[in-house]
Amino acid sequence: MLESEAGAAFVLAGGTDLLVRMKLGHIEPALLVDIKRIPAMNSITHSARGTRIGAAVSGAELGEHKAVARAWPGVVEATNLIGSDQVQSRCTMVGNLCNASPAADSVPAMIAAGAKAVVVSRTGRRTVPVEKIVTGPGQTSLARGEVIEAIVLPARPARSGDAYLRFIPRTEMDIAVVSAGVSLTLERGRIKTARVVLGAVAPTAVLVPAAARAIIGSKLDEDALHKLAAACSAACKPIDDKRGTIEYRTKVAGVLGKRAAQIAFQRAGGA
Amino acid sequence: MAAVLVSTTINGDAVEFACPPQESLLAVLRDRLGLTGVKEGCGTGDCGACSVTLDGRLVCSCLVLGAEVDGREIATIEGMAENGKLHPLQENFIEHAALQCGICTPGFLMAAKVLLDRNPQPTETEIRYALAGNLCRCTGYDKIVRAVQATATELRQLEKKKSRRKKSKKS
Ligand SMILES: Cc1cc2nc3c(=O)[nH]c(=O)nc-3n(C[C@H](O)[C@H](O)[C@H](O)COP(=O)(O)OP(=O)(O)OC[C@H]3O[C@@H](n4cnc5c(N)ncnc54)[C@H](O)[C@@H]3O)c2cc1C
Ligand code: FES
Ligand code: FES
Repeated sequence: MLESEAGAAFVLAGGTDLLVRMKLGHIEPALLVDIKRIPAMNSITHSARGTRIGAAVSGAELGEHKAVARAWPGVVEATNLIGSDQVQSRCTMVGNLCNASPAADSVPAMIAAGAKAVVVSRTGRRTVPVEKIVTGPGQTSLARGEVIEAIVLPARPARSGDAYLRFIPRTEMDIAVVSAGVSLTLERGRIKTARVVLGAVAPTAVLVPAAARAIIGSKLDEDALHKLAAACSAACKPIDDKRGTIEYRTKVAGVLGKRAAQIAFQRAGGA
Repeated sequence: MAAVLVSTTINGDAVEFACPPQESLLAVLRDRLGLTGVKEGCGTGDCGACSVTLDGRLVCSCLVLGAEVDGREIATIEGMAENGKLHPLQENFIEHAALQCGICTPGFLMAAKVLLDRNPQPTETEIRYALAGNLCRCTGYDKIVRAVQATATELRQLEKKKSRRKKSKKS
């Protein structure tokens, strides 16, 4: 259906971006396909092998899933930061991803978690790392007729933790000026694997391998944290606007990266 | 585009309507069904004046399409008073002067009711977070928070009385 429509065609998930853009007259869709009644897109499955979150699952529903919140607190808290309770009742992680705002809250946390998107079309299905979906502000790599069916999070080893932090001028209902997501796994008290991701400091969320390397092998001591912060700041290509200057965003990125790593480390049981 | 025919339940009553596919639930409620207690502040999800519940969850009706609610259950402010008797939240909003112009009030009442249904004993911080999706340009919020706190206390006392009465009936 999406493929054969000649005019502008959109998937409708929670509509918290799409309906705003329609109201503001930015888009005039000829076709909207509501995915909320498709059973495969409506459910969460969670097992030792991994977690699958259907594309139509709302932020509120995700937050109420205790087992997922325990396994992936960072991903869940990031998703629950989107908007008010009213917005939470409707918004989806996939809508957040596909809207492709550089400041989207769930995206850095998903990328840090190593999440993959299951992309379906009339002709097939492919699984794509989340960081490959957004190509620029408002732009994705999805082809016409392609829809994301679900987000898949990998199996979670013991002694793992993740965290997401954003900096906003207010305490609720605001767009991130800078954000950071960190996911890590420990082995004998030391960080064995880590992924560090920044949001709102470049046209897309950025995975910062240098920041992960700075803490891998460490017990997250001062020196490692300092190197992580420096790597985060170095990875920023932010914009200058009324909500934050380049210098400010660059500095805050380092601080948030550090704090998110500390929370993830604690959650993984590190001392 | 052709109109969509929708059957739904609003405040417990079966309702049918037809609307263009791009029409918001807010427009349907106000302009087609005459439920003008639902207010439009911004139309873009920011102010919460248009809050209703959809299958028990609080939503901005300006960010829901009329066409999406087929087979669902909607509650609006019009259903809050029962048999002509105001809900304790409504009483307390009046008592605590938690409104001035009143355009935000139906939205606040819906949001506060959802909060108290889930969490009968919210802290002040929980109340403020739960109402963060509702904007008020008149009251400065404090009076609204007090009204919700007073209602929570009142409803808890009512619950206690009820359960005591049940116990004494049994014995
Ligand atoms: C008041 C308010 C506050 C907000 N606050 C925040 C915030 O704090 N942080 C934040 O990050 N965002 C915020 N947002 C933006 C928005 O709520 C989020 O981006 C939300 O996650 C979008 O999800 P949705 O399901 O509503 O998307 P929709 O609006 O349904 O869709 C968004 C886009 O993604 C596409 N899409 C959706 N699902 C799929 C799919 N399965 N496959 C392919 N394409 C798809 C749609 O076609 C559309 O282009 C806010 C919005 C409002 C109105
Ligand atoms: S009118 Fe819907 S949130 Fe303002
Ligand atoms: S009473 Fe006027 S906006 Fe709240």
